[in-house]
Amino acid sequence: MSTNGHHEKKRLEHPPNSIKIKIQRREKDGAPEYWETFEIPYRRNLNVISALMEIRKDPITIEGKQTTPPVWDMSCLEQVCGICTMVIDGGVRQSCSALIDDLLLASGGDTVTLQPMSKFPNVRDLKVDRSRMFEHLKQVHSWIELDGTYDLGPGPHIPNEVAQERYAYSRCMTCGCCLEACPQYHEDNYIGPQAIAQARLFNMHPTGKMEMDDRLNGLMGDDGITNCGNAQNCIQVCPMSIPLTRSIYETNRDVTVNGLLGWLKK
Amino acid sequence: MAGARSKIAIVGGGLAGLAAAMKIAEAGHDVDLISVVPVKRSHSVCAQGGINGAVNTKGEGDSPAKHLDDTVYGGDFLANQPPVKRMCDMAPQIIYLFDRMGVPFSRTREGLLDFRRFGGTLHHRTAFAGASTGQQLLYALDEQVRKWEVAGKVNKYEGWEMLSLVLDDHQVCRGLIAMDLQSLELRAFQADAVIMATGGPGLIFGKSTNSMTCTGSAVSACYQQGARYANGEFIQVHPTSIPGEDKLRLMSESARGEGGRVWVPKIEGDKRSPREIPENERWYFLEDKYPAYGNLVPRDIATREIFQVCLEGKGVGGENQVYLDLTHIPAETLTERLGAILEIYEMFVGDDPRYVPMRIFPGVHYSMGGLWVDFEQRTNIPGLFAAGECDYSIHGANRLGANSLVSCVYGGFTAAPSAIEYAQNVERRNTDTNGLYDGELNRQKGINDQIIRNEGSENQYKLHEEMGRVMTDNVTVVRYNDRLKATDEKLLELIDRFKHISINDSNLWATQAVPHARQLWNMMQLARVITLGALNRNESRGAHYKPDFPERNDDEWLKTTIAEYSEEAPVFSYEPVNVSLVEPRKRDYSKGKAKAAPVPEPGAELKSQGREQIWAEQGKVKDNESFKNVDNEK
Repeated sequence: MSTNGHHEKKRLEHPPNSIKIKIQRREKDGAPEYWETFEIPYRRNLNVISALMEIRKDPITIEGKQTTPPVWDMSCLEQVCGICTMVIDGGVRQSCSALIDDLLLASGGDTVTLQPMSKFPNVRDLKVDRSRMFEHLKQVHSWIELDGTYDLGPGPHIPNEVAQERYAYSRCMTCGCCLEACPQYHEDNYIGPQAIAQARLFNMHPTGKMEMDDRLNGLMGDDGITNCGNAQNCIQVCPMSIPLTRSIYETNRDVTVNGLLGWLKK
Repeated sequence: MAGARSKIAIVGGGLAGLAAAMKIAEAGHDVDLISVVPVKRSHSVCAQGGINGAVNTKGEGDSPAKHLDDTVYGGDFLANQPPVKRMCDMAPQIIYLFDRMGVPFSRTREGLLDFRRFGGTLHHRTAFAGASTGQQLLYALDEQVRKWEVAGKVNKYEGWEMLSLVLDDHQVCRGLIAMDLQSLELRAFQADAVIMATGGPGLIFGKSTNSMTCTGSAVSACYQQGARYANGEFIQVHPTSIPGEDKLRLMSESARGEGGRVWVPKIEGDKRSPREIPENERWYFLEDKYPAYGNLVPRDIATREIFQVCLEGKGVGGENQVYLDLTHIPAETLTERLGAILEIYEMFVGDDPRYVPMRIFPGVHYSMGGLWVDFEQRTNIPGLFAAGECDYSIHGANRLGANSLVSCVYGGFTAAPSAIEYAQNVERRNTDTNGLYDGELNRQKGINDQIIRNEGSENQYKLHEEMGRVMTDNVTVVRYNDRLKATDEKLLELIDRFKHISINDSNLWATQAVPHARQLWNMMQLARVITLGALNRNESRGAHYKPDFPERNDDEWLKTTIAEYSEEAPVFSYEPVNVSLVEPRKRDYSKGKAKAAPVPEPGAELKSQGREQIWAEQGKVKDNESFKNVDNEK
């Protein structure tokens, strides 16, 4: 169907009888990594999560070896919670929205490869610990200061355009794709795009603006915004299409102005 | 205790739990917040369409009193009305508070909050942030609670699962036992009060619109320790979900709120693509049968109609699916107001709903039932409170769309002061707590050890699937007593087979097998409450529909179901419903609602009925005088 310039998506015409899921595993953080491959019957509409669920029921490798069930995180399965992020066929993304048909179409093979994100401590198998991302949100004061949560009437008038622009930033689910893809981000040396975009989200709000300095100060340290190498990988992998590079550009401008003013005030 | 800082444990970091945490921290007390996932990933993120509150910015004469009427009418009069009134009164304040927190609500040309229509009302009462409102509200509370975390008032335990309450010898709640999901370490959390805010139990049905964390496990643990569970048989099946292999994904009611139309081809099994079927060969069955509310009839009704159409073989292609059509609305409008949910559909189905009608079918979505609470969110166990979907209090026999977000926040905002008040005033009467925490800790450790030791031939994931299938087949849209009886027998069989499961994981570090086994046991116990509650209730009301008893029967069944645990089977009792504010009347959505008896308000007796009526008709009156501070005319 191609009405109104709309094209129906390409579908897998000749699916295989079974598919292979190759998983990079680790018993716990610090233990050696190893690979195991599993084979499951093909069904239409499988996603990576349902393949993993099938495997965990009775984990036997392709060599016939009984093994432990692979461990991974999952929750909403609608790509809004961000928890099930992993590296799939080399690309970082949510596993709930990774459809097996699409992956096979792209690779032309019958195997899907799963790895944990590499930039975070590996808890076990495909599960990682991203708690440092929430620490980053503390660092940039990613909230609005209220006088209190009692009834003080409505917030400020805001043009819908501003609301929509903020909404785009506010959909960040702290999944970590941007950090996984960022060549500058290693072992927490750089706060990274997600926290910068959240600082931008609150700096755009009429009330949030009032604590802009606190947020910018959080971005001016050794791990701050100047570490961005402008590789622009973040915006390529963001599942929510957040304008991350723009937020870095605009926040960098604010940091510069802020730094200048701070210097002048001295 | 009075005057000292209290320690309150909150279980669950969704909207209700975070709302309570924020209020408790703000009041100067300390919070331990226990959540199976990082709180920002809680199931509240899945709520799409919006949050209800009668802010009345569209000149429609909306008011909290009308919100109350819509809510109790939509709930088929099973809800106790005083807390519903308090929620509806508080709703505009709640929306304004989120506005101040910076939630990017969609706005009007004037820069005010915009509102859209939702099911079960004729008013524009639903504030929304695109089509991911739950996510946006949750993030706002997550941010505020993070601020309190930095201030040292909130300690988060993310990746911990509650296993049981710690009760003293007076059956008073003194804290809880939780398990670290990485190390399987068990820890006792001492607390002056505990608030349950763990959400719904959708996973009992196997596939549902719920997140994988929505097992109802912790609530079931409370039930098995003596907490009452109310109205368990009332399970909302959402009319529009996207069937999937791993779950049923929600297609928000806002799609219909923005003008989406539900239809099937008039010719059964019509092979043409939907766009080739002309208007006069489409059957818009909801608009046809319910001219006043059309596609926005309440969920229980829309679900039954869609179910029936498919049962009769009139579904699209003869299958269990109907069209939900947005293609008559400009693509740009759809993108701005519904973008997030259209992306979900496109991502998982492959069609773009801006140009191709969606194919949808009902899916298990929400539990109106939950822990019994009084009007201050107190359970029957002293020191134990509940808020959000895990309590039963607001929605009666059927929840209206966009009322869940507001009820979560209302529940949290009510449970918080209630728990503080309790913690500040409780007298402990020298109760011996020596060994109390260790005793419960050891009991839980014993259960874990047993699960780990078991070497049977049963597979817990297959048991879960079997339970999901039998519950979905027999305890959802249409219910028959013989099948409900058979379902309970099946559940007893599964409970018996559970004793022979083997966890199949020799690596206990971060294993998901032990937590899942514990959840499964708890789900099976709650499944019995749901099934037997449905078996007992011989009438049809809201989401509970029995063809053999097709009418609502207020004489015998205008009462709340209460289940209490016993090893043999849940013990049921019933208590009357407080209908002191709106007199029960028959639900009929085919025409405009019959006018409700006026709602008593503070000072209402001073006003002449005649003047009230004239104002109401002119759409100028604020029905609730206590709401001066949100009056638009100011």
